[in-house]
Amino acid sequence: MRKTFLITLLFATSLFVSNNAFASEKEAEEGADGKDLKTEIKEYIDHHLLDSHDFSLFSIEQENGEKKHIGFPLPVILWDNGLKVFSSSKFHHGETVAEVDGNYYKLYHSKIYKTDAAGTINYDDKHHATNEKPLDLSITKGVVMIFITCLLMFWLFSSLAKSYAKNGSIPKGIGRFFEPIVLYIRDDIAISNIGEKRYKKYMPFLLTVFFFIWFLNMFGLTPLGVNVTGNIAVTAALAIITFLLTNLTGTKDYWKHLFDPLGDSMPWLGKLPLYIILIPIEILGIFIKPFSLLIRLYANMQAGHIVVMSLIGLMFIFKSWIGSPLSFGLAFAISLIEILVALLQAYIFTMLSALYFGFASEEHDHAEAH
Amino acid sequence: MEKLIEEFSLGLFFWQSLLFIGLVLLLRKFAWKPILDTVNDREEGIKNALAAAEEAKKEMQNVTADSEKLLKEARAEREAMLKEAREIKEKMIADSKEQAKLEGDKMLKQAQAAIESEKKAAVADIKSQVANLSVDIAEKVIKEQLSNKDKQLKLVEDMLGDIKLN
Repeated sequence: MRKTFLITLLFATSLFVSNNAFASEKEAEEGADGKDLKTEIKEYIDHHLLDSHDFSLFSIEQENGEKKHIGFPLPVILWDNGLKVFSSSKFHHGETVAEVDGNYYKLYHSKIYKTDAAGTINYDDKHHATNEKPLDLSITKGVVMIFITCLLMFWLFSSLAKSYAKNGSIPKGIGRFFEPIVLYIRDDIAISNIGEKRYKKYMPFLLTVFFFIWFLNMFGLTPLGVNVTGNIAVTAALAIITFLLTNLTGTKDYWKHLFDPLGDSMPWLGKLPLYIILIPIEILGIFIKPFSLLIRLYANMQAGHIVVMSLIGLMFIFKSWIGSPLSFGLAFAISLIEILVALLQAYIFTMLSALYFGFASEEHDHAEAH
Repeated sequence: MEKLIEEFSLGLFFWQSLLFIGLVLLLRKFAWKPILDTVNDREEGIKNALAAAEEAKKEMQNVTADSEKLLKEARAEREAMLKEAREIKEKMIADSKEQAKLEGDKMLKQAQAAIESEKKAAVADIKSQVANLSVDIAEKVIKEQLSNKDKQLKLVEDMLGDIKLN
């Protein structure tokens, strides 16, 4: 909820400043760049949803029309005929061209493009930049949040593990909250989907992925509002690990099921025409399962952020005694739902991963059931 | 779809994969394995403790039943022993009474016999003494008669009077 208040404050501050700067209301609706409020809010949301090369908390429009960014720069790491490391402050939030070792780089829509000294960006007919993109391994805002989450999780769970030794196998403090969740994942997600015999080797991944997604989702709801799990690269990385684990640990029965789904229930002559359709579907299924994982998590978190921020933005578009409190109330309610969604999405991702692992590690002949 | 590909950042993907896999491996070693092991051990311990308690309860019941049985047996034995002792006592008393009576009777008879024989001996003795006395008297009388005729007569007369008195 603090997020709501802070961003409200943020918008309010920027509007107050621009109201002071421009006398008439019409001018007030148009920002310094001549954009109207709706476009500005849309751009703000779009920008927020993307990863960024500096950790900006908020920005204030100054009286002379210049934007003052509050935050700190992050290291940019590029591979462009050799490793190039520099601070993202050189970009000045995309406003200037950064010059490193005689090469010029420009930030455009949160991506780094190679450009000339003037910072020209060439577009194709669909208004996509056609400039060369160097391999960008920068420590972005998202990477920082991932790193913080990793540290937090490591500290939290290794201290929980250590506390057992001290307290005679009994959890203490925060462990009392996390241990039941760990047990729930073991009993109701891993064992019930994978089975008593083979669940153990998947446990580290399932536990880590659950807490990782949950924590990052919750971080996304804080005033920092870093949209990490709503980023396609992050969800893709997670889903690819699920995909690899599923297929690399697949048993003989799993592959047999894949290429001979009907089993011995039909003669080969009858099966052949069906298999022309069935086998491609089964093979497609291998890829669709993790793909659905990555899209589901991405879309849910992305949508949550868009809805909350749009509702906050509406307050400033309505600017009336009825509309603004109404959209504030809505934003408040949606934020509450988002807290639930944060947990739910972590649960769904873990649950479905466990389900896929369960398919991959089944050992009995399954043919009769189909 | 095009937007998704546009949004996809290889750098973020790289760092996410690296950090996440690192996190999984680290947590597996330092957190999940000890946590799950501890939890498993604890559950195992609870299960064992419950089984042991159940076992002990059964054992206890067995022991109680055993001791109850022993107690009963001991009580029965004591009862039997007491009864036997009482019987023996009664028998002994009866026996000794009978014996005493027999002995007494025997002694009594002996005593009676002895008294009888003593009496007979005494009577015989008296008889012989009387006879002797008679003879002595007769002798004396005869002697007196021989010395003094009157006196002899008087003596006979006195003695006869004495005998009459007897």
